[in-house]
Amino acid sequence: MIAKRLQIKNVSVKFGGLSALEDVSFEVDDNQLIGFIGPNGAGKTTLMRVIMGMVNPLSGSVLLNGRNITNLTSVQRIHAGVALGQQIVKPLRQMSLLDNVALASGGKKLLSPMRALLVQKRHKERELARELLIQVGLGDHSEKLPSELPLGYLKRLEVARALALRPSLLLLDEPLAGLSKPEAEQMADLIYNLPRVGLSVILIEHNLPQVQRICPILYVQSNGRQLAFGLTKDVMADPAVRQAYLGVGA
Amino acid sequence: MAYEIVVLTNMAIAVLFALSLNVITGFCGQVSLGHAAFLGIGAYTSAMLSKEGVPLIITFIPAMGMAALIGLIVGVASLRVRHDFLAITTMGVVFLFTGIVRKQEILGGEIGIAGIPAPDFGRVGLFATSLLCVLAYLLLTIWIRRSWTGFAFDSIAEDEDTARLLGINVPKFKLFAFVVGTAGAGLAGALYAHQVRFIGPDSFGFVESISVLAMVIVGGIGSIWGVILAAAFLSALPQFFQVIDDYKLLVYGLLLFGAMRFAPEGIDGLLKKIVRRRAVK
Repeated sequence: MIAKRLQIKNVSVKFGGLSALEDVSFEVDDNQLIGFIGPNGAGKTTLMRVIMGMVNPLSGSVLLNGRNITNLTSVQRIHAGVALGQQIVKPLRQMSLLDNVALASGGKKLLSPMRALLVQKRHKERELARELLIQVGLGDHSEKLPSELPLGYLKRLEVARALALRPSLLLLDEPLAGLSKPEAEQMADLIYNLPRVGLSVILIEHNLPQVQRICPILYVQSNGRQLAFGLTKDVMADPAVRQAYLGVGA
Repeated sequence: MAYEIVVLTNMAIAVLFALSLNVITGFCGQVSLGHAAFLGIGAYTSAMLSKEGVPLIITFIPAMGMAALIGLIVGVASLRVRHDFLAITTMGVVFLFTGIVRKQEILGGEIGIAGIPAPDFGRVGLFATSLLCVLAYLLLTIWIRRSWTGFAFDSIAEDEDTARLLGINVPKFKLFAFVVGTAGAGLAGALYAHQVRFIGPDSFGFVESISVLAMVIVGGIGSIWGVILAAAFLSALPQFFQVIDDYKLLVYGLLLFGAMRFAPEGIDGLLKKIVRRRAVK
């Protein structure tokens, strides 16, 4: 049997008495782009954080390429092939865009200071960073500091940095939030093309028109539970989804 | 000439001590208000071994090792705290150190350890040894700065959470900084003990921790050359001007305040600003 890129099995999370995720299960195939939607407070970001190892589930398991990663730390998961682009961008402001991305492509060196101490060269990582910055449309700004650029550019930097980790699964948390319409369209196009280079992508996003435009599959969550999962067309026609998410007639 | 040699040796020891704190606070961004404790650990280890007949150079290894070991323990205990909480934790270390030393007869208690043997190679030899130690530690810090360890330190100093999301094993890097920094302080302590030939708990207290922090901040946090300049200058000043020695705390306090308020990037930042302005003109 071929292992799925990601398997979430019966994951539950509670914060105090509040149930954030209840028995959530779903799978992501290779080179798949899944739109992950739901109203505010539905538990989308919590699920992302469970996948990244930033929140420990009360029960259930997370498998990446068939390997159980439930007990791994965030850093171990990143080196196993998961990357996260955060909603609130946090570039390293003292470094150029190029160095921000090059650092992320440091690979195993970043696991041990002794190993990192033996290496001074950064040419290879800088070359890769340059290519990634070109891929996200920031090729002309690689030597600039993040403080010199607007939010739309920093969102792209966040994606480039996540790609530099060479993940097999990329989680993007509201990458279109705060962008103008043309910027959001450009970013959506960029995300749409990621599965073509061998990535599986989970996209959490509130910009429904763009999600519907680029995601062939949708997962809908409400109140910590899975509401619908399937082809975008079918999910959006589901009366329960329309009621819960859009607030229109079931 | 003998006095100048003493002053120069003190300067070299201060530079080594400040460079060691610069690895922890400057490179890795971990504020330490208790660094003098590690100077003390190195000094006591070296002094006691030296009194047992162990040559000074040989005592360097256990002095660095003991300081690094305690540094590692403090580092592990401090992994979960950041910023002001880390500052308070490390401040506790220096009080703990002086408190323990005061009560241990084997360490000389309140009186301290006197009669530390003079090194076989005399005052000039001690100065040359101190200079060599500074040079070796300087080369190590330059290497760290240019390596991927320094690259990772930069990200940890700025934002630990982001560093983690870039795949950096933050706890390991922080512990590495603690070990390298405290080992350097231990080495400086060994030299210091043989320079003054008498040590007591008061030589390694909170004031000394703040003094070395002032050197790092005035020099420019993370800047190797700025910290060397500031440490050399600030350690020499009280030896040339009695009034500054009398009001050392006041002068250091004013310098700290002035640097934080008017030049947070220290001497290094000021010099870079001047160079940039000249380039624009």
